[in-house]
Amino acid sequence: MTDLIEREADLLRFATAGSVDDGKSTLIGRLLLDSKAIFEDQLEAVEATSQSRGYDYTDLALLTDGLRSEREQGITIDVAYRYFATPRRKFIIADTPGHVQYTRNMVTGASTADLGLVLVDARQGLTEQSRRHAVLLSLLRVPHLVLAVNKMDLVDFDQKLFEKIDAEFTTFASRLNIPDLQVIPISALKGDNVVTRSQQMPWYDGPSLMHHLEHLHIASDRDLRDVRFPVQYVIRPKSDDYHDYRGYAGQVAGGVLKPGDEVMVLPSGMTSTIAGIDVFDQEVPEAFAPMSVVVRLTDDVDVSRGDMICRTKNMPEQTQDLDAMVCWMTTQPLRPRQKLAIKHTTRTARTVVKNVQYRLDVNTLHRDQDASELGLNEIGRVQLRVTQPLLVDSYERNRTTGSFILIDEATGVTVGAGMVNS
Amino acid sequence: MSTHADYRLSQLDELEAESIHIFREAAAEFEKPVLMFSGGKDSITMMRLAEKAFFPARIPFPVLQVDTGFDFPEVLATRDNWVERLGVRLIVASVDEAIKNGIVIDDGKTSRNRLQIGTLLNAIEVEGFTAAFGGGRRDEEKARAKERIYSHRDEFGQWDPKNQRPELWALYNGRLHEGEHMRVFPLSNWTELDIWHYIAREQIEIPSIYFAHRRKVIPRDGMLLSASEAVQPKAGESVEERLVRFRTVGDMTLTGCVESDADSYEKIIAEIAVARVTERGATRGDDRFSEAAMEDRKKEGYF
Repeated sequence: MTDLIEREADLLRFATAGSVDDGKSTLIGRLLLDSKAIFEDQLEAVEATSQSRGYDYTDLALLTDGLRSEREQGITIDVAYRYFATPRRKFIIADTPGHVQYTRNMVTGASTADLGLVLVDARQGLTEQSRRHAVLLSLLRVPHLVLAVNKMDLVDFDQKLFEKIDAEFTTFASRLNIPDLQVIPISALKGDNVVTRSQQMPWYDGPSLMHHLEHLHIASDRDLRDVRFPVQYVIRPKSDDYHDYRGYAGQVAGGVLKPGDEVMVLPSGMTSTIAGIDVFDQEVPEAFAPMSVVVRLTDDVDVSRGDMICRTKNMPEQTQDLDAMVCWMTTQPLRPRQKLAIKHTTRTARTVVKNVQYRLDVNTLHRDQDASELGLNEIGRVQLRVTQPLLVDSYERNRTTGSFILIDEATGVTVGAGMVNS
Repeated sequence: MSTHADYRLSQLDELEAESIHIFREAAAEFEKPVLMFSGGKDSITMMRLAEKAFFPARIPFPVLQVDTGFDFPEVLATRDNWVERLGVRLIVASVDEAIKNGIVIDDGKTSRNRLQIGTLLNAIEVEGFTAAFGGGRRDEEKARAKERIYSHRDEFGQWDPKNQRPELWALYNGRLHEGEHMRVFPLSNWTELDIWHYIAREQIEIPSIYFAHRRKVIPRDGMLLSASEAVQPKAGESVEERLVRFRTVGDMTLTGCVESDADSYEKIIAEIAVARVTERGATRGDDRFSEAAMEDRKKEGYF
């Protein structure tokens, strides 16, 4: 089994979202517990705390609420990352809080996720929050979505109720951009349909949550068409053995690079050919996302950090004007004429806010055209002017070359997350 | 590097690619980075990843070890081998020196582990480091599960868990004010088992104390401490010889070993895969003080 993990297993990153009491921590606790990612000393600590608080059951949520203030308040206030593995896959969970005031944390967790997991309480049905979570996951282009209808044990495993929630959500999701949706009835507390199929719900013929997570095909979610290689670091050894070595290090953001390919370096527009691709001391026949490699070119062209290598007939847009959806993450509102630092792939520049076109109500999808600024946890369509050209694709096309962060130059804090519109 | 016709990367390859990206990003953006090196399996894995990130050039930053004065000789020997082979500069910040110079105060009650905090922060300040790579993993401890890959520290070296920068995509924000620094954790998404798989796959040289060997130990508080000048039996305690290995390495006064016959990478992996107790719960006295021991130390500047 250990060999299998090493050789075959791949990585799936998923973000969880849910309202306060819908059992999200319990579900994560159960996934960790059933995949043996929880150790006895951790479980004993949680049992002891549960007991000293007078609970009549072991509160698995205590496993995931790591900070003193979270344990004091009994709520999750920040994104936490959890890990578990099965022989097929390793999983990284971005556990994000459900409160509306923590939209920024959900955006953070979803930015790297392959899959979004939204929990609803079967007794409550869809809430404003479930819709908001689906909207955010759609906006962040998380390719797979699971709606887990939890606490089925508390509604007598009622098929009709489940089907009603399923239909309602599917209708709502059809207005969004969600390529893949799976709806699963579960009981996180009792374990129904979490790891094994539930005996209580013979009417449900879909997979258990764990089976779905393990078998989902994710490799094709990555962009294998458009070659995008943001240059991160120039490697010049200046040693006797590698006197003339000059390599461009970076992580492939899209497409497949091969030795012999004719490429263009932006922004200079110089063309050359890939002489070789190195991964440490070995040459590899090709590179694709998310490999970190070193690319050597046949010509001695001038390439530095912030440049991008692409194919000659398939280039990103080179522009100083960005039209993007921005999630604002700080109390001082985003306003026209505001100046900020912007980081996009490996390039950092300065930018000025030209205008806010509208503010998006993530509950109703209503676009408020009268809005002229964005407050904390608000999302809107914003136009920016950048001091130097950036090499961008639409976020829809490529989540790496289509995303950026905004930084307050006075405080140094990340204040916004942006996704370039097509 | 195993590439496949279906363009899948194995999870170890993907973790490696992510860590290398982080190393290059920090090396490109910070003026004066340093790699914190304890000689343990995680910091050795970091050395290996840094070696790969910049190959065939040398690692473009020095290595900093905080010497507790109670480090295992086998660990120091491995440290020296790595430093020599990679040709990196080694800086040693000594807790003994820090005590002598009045930088930290040894009241006879505070552990060496805690005294490392002031010693480390002083070294970072004196050398003017703006970024310090650490081998912390989020699976180690619940306070670490909350920490960012780029973890901002104020001019006192403090971590503020409630005021962390959001970390989006792989766009790390390295902005600093005068006197502040960043802790950078390339191994954030690795688990203990991942580290061992990687060490085995790469045949990485690690200190011999990770492998089963016979050693004189003192059973104390449910742990087996290595008998040495620093750790002598108290009244009623005995020194026994057992077949043991270490799951973590730290200061000898606080790091326990476990009984084991795992004397190869493969046997260690098999043992870890079925372990029912965390590495820290099993062998680290310093995490037993309170439920928030790690969080409290981290707020003060621990790594």
